[in-house]
Amino acid sequence: MTMPELMYREALNQALAEEMERDANVFLIGEEVGRYNGAFKVSQGLLDKFGSARIIDAPISELGFTGMSVGAAMVGLRPVVEMMTWNFAILAMDQIVNNAAKLRHMSGGQLRCPIVFRGPGGAGGRLSSQHSQALEANYAHFPGLKVIAPATPADAKGMLKAAIRDENPVIMFEGERLYALKGEVPEGEHVVPLGKADVKREGTDVTIITWSRMYYFCMEAAEQLAKEGISAEVLDLRTLRPLDEEAILASVRKTNRVVIVEEGWALAGVGASVVDIIQSKAFDDLDAPVHRVTGLDVNMSYAANLENATQPDAPKIIDAVKKVLYREGA
Amino acid sequence: MASPYSKEQLLTMYRKMYLIRRFEERAGQQYTLGKIAGFCHLYIGQEAVAVGPNEALRPDDYMLSAYRDHGQPLARGSDAGMVMAELFGRGTGYSKGKGGSMHIFDIEHHFYGGYGIVGGQIPLAAGMAFASRYRNEDRVTLCYFGDAAANQGSFHETFNMASKWKLPVIYICENNRYGMGTAIARTSAVPEIYKRASAYGMRGEPVDGMDCLAMYEAVKDAAAYCRAGKGPVLLEANTYRFRGHSMADPATYRSKQEVEDERKNDPIPKLRDHALKNKLAVDADFEAIDEEVKAQVDAAVKFADESPEPSVEELWRDTIVEEGEQDVRPRERVLGVKVTNWPKYPSGQELKVTWDLEPREQAEQADKKAGLSR
Ligand SMILES: Cc1ncc(C[n+]2csc(CCOP(=O)(O)OP(=O)(O)O)c2C)c(N)n1
Repeated sequence: MTMPELMYREALNQALAEEMERDANVFLIGEEVGRYNGAFKVSQGLLDKFGSARIIDAPISELGFTGMSVGAAMVGLRPVVEMMTWNFAILAMDQIVNNAAKLRHMSGGQLRCPIVFRGPGGAGGRLSSQHSQALEANYAHFPGLKVIAPATPADAKGMLKAAIRDENPVIMFEGERLYALKGEVPEGEHVVPLGKADVKREGTDVTIITWSRMYYFCMEAAEQLAKEGISAEVLDLRTLRPLDEEAILASVRKTNRVVIVEEGWALAGVGASVVDIIQSKAFDDLDAPVHRVTGLDVNMSYAANLENATQPDAPKIIDAVKKVLYREGA
Repeated sequence: MASPYSKEQLLTMYRKMYLIRRFEERAGQQYTLGKIAGFCHLYIGQEAVAVGPNEALRPDDYMLSAYRDHGQPLARGSDAGMVMAELFGRGTGYSKGKGGSMHIFDIEHHFYGGYGIVGGQIPLAAGMAFASRYRNEDRVTLCYFGDAAANQGSFHETFNMASKWKLPVIYICENNRYGMGTAIARTSAVPEIYKRASAYGMRGEPVDGMDCLAMYEAVKDAAAYCRAGKGPVLLEANTYRFRGHSMADPATYRSKQEVEDERKNDPIPKLRDHALKNKLAVDADFEAIDEEVKAQVDAAVKFADESPEPSVEELWRDTIVEEGEQDVRPRERVLGVKVTNWPKYPSGQELKVTWDLEPREQAEQADKKAGLSR
């Protein structure tokens, strides 16, 4: 059976439409989601299908409509809040971390907050510092949130459906540069459980751990390494909170060598926590120190060469793999 | 003119104001004894702002507040012992001791919490009102915030949306004239907060916040306006806190004279005088209430003091909803009282979403048809 090929944005659109059809409590709110059909066209056609009572064009008030949606979730609706990009969601961070993430705790278990905050994240596209950054580590820091970052169209659909059905606030990072990417997507009821990593490529010599757009650089690197006789396993974390410790440790025990690839900055990054899990629970299984490939510790530049130098790519990943295999300079 | 209120109404309001007053006095005392820690913001002086509005609302209307949040749940009917236990950080508190003074939640009585970030609850209230419109319920949401919160972006962003979408939400700005130690006039270009509503094409009015009946009337009127689908209302309750900002604040930034003058406006004797003057009650009625309330507050302190701390395992509960996990019903858990009015979340199938988000647009189209221009 062949599955239809969909773009990442179409897969998300399908998930939204299916969930809104299934449950009238689900509504979509955000800047330009309605008449404009979405800044990145994720909500294409939804206004026509569901009407302005459920596809809601919000004013440019990130804190305001985010907090308002949290309030709606507190009394049983299931809002999907589209952030035009996560760069602007910084204005709404108070509502997400001080309210959504903490409502259940502060109320001693009386309240729940079933809400999805989603939108494009990630660097690139010659957009300079304020529009080009990977911010998922910020949210992974907070108890009370789930944080997901699917790489493929199939995962994007399945994880968005799971996120909408989840009883907790879920932060979903989509790849701004992945929206037009195509892949096979199962039709209808395709739900990918949150909190589960996925071995996207089996290997025996080294584990490359990653998520979201970096996944594609890792696969590219793995293909090239294969040509040199190095077998790399690629583990797509998919969910950054909670981390799938079991899957991480299982792969480490299999390959004994690890490279972590993260688009964001190194300091206090998600990868740092993955290293911590590995060294505290699988230290004896390691044949080399874990290596991290991250975005450089600088603000993003506009100039093409500087932008490229700032971000991880396949050659940098290949270098890192050779380092953990003690083959550098070979 | 005779009082339009019944004896029962007046005594109920008096009883609640008096309960809040005695409760807060005891809370202050327990704070100095070290039984209560953290921030403890007392409500003494502002009781009329909690009690009048509550009597004007239905029990199923939503309410939420900031961190000065002991008074409103008591007005709603929350258990004084469980509120005190929360202040003591005990497992029998409304939030199992995880919220403390600033985060009282009693969902059974539709009190959706106290919030510690200045202005942070303002958009939440609009969202709850949004949900009521989404479901075509005629429920109103009442949200309290302080005068200083009116300078937050959340205020302006929310008022724009609430007015544009005609959400059934009543905002009560409790203008006690100070944000911590700073007089509101020193930080605000327009210190009359109610005037700001006009910037969003929304109804805004000042109310005497030291008069329980004035607060009652204002909210009764505002609630009818909201339920009729006419949109949100901002009420500015001009009130005064007799004590410092919190227990840690000796309030040296204002003169003794100012506080003394304001104390002459105490809302509790004011209501009592109204009832006596109108011969709706006699001294003995109030004496009986005073005695009952004192005993009630004594019992609340005793209950809190004798309650155990939460178990350490509680640390790991109530952060994430696990699969199939039920929500906690505090009074049922603590006092064994059967909870009957726990809010029912609508199932998707029954929900009919019909409300129109853009009433103005329809009006514009109608105008155009009629050859009018805006
Ligand atoms: C965002 C934020 N900034 C600062 C504070 C510290 N703070 C707590 S209460 C307060 C004053 C607020 O005054 P107001 O809103 O008028 O309420 P009131 O205390 O008078 O009831 C301040 C500055 C805070 N809690 N949150």
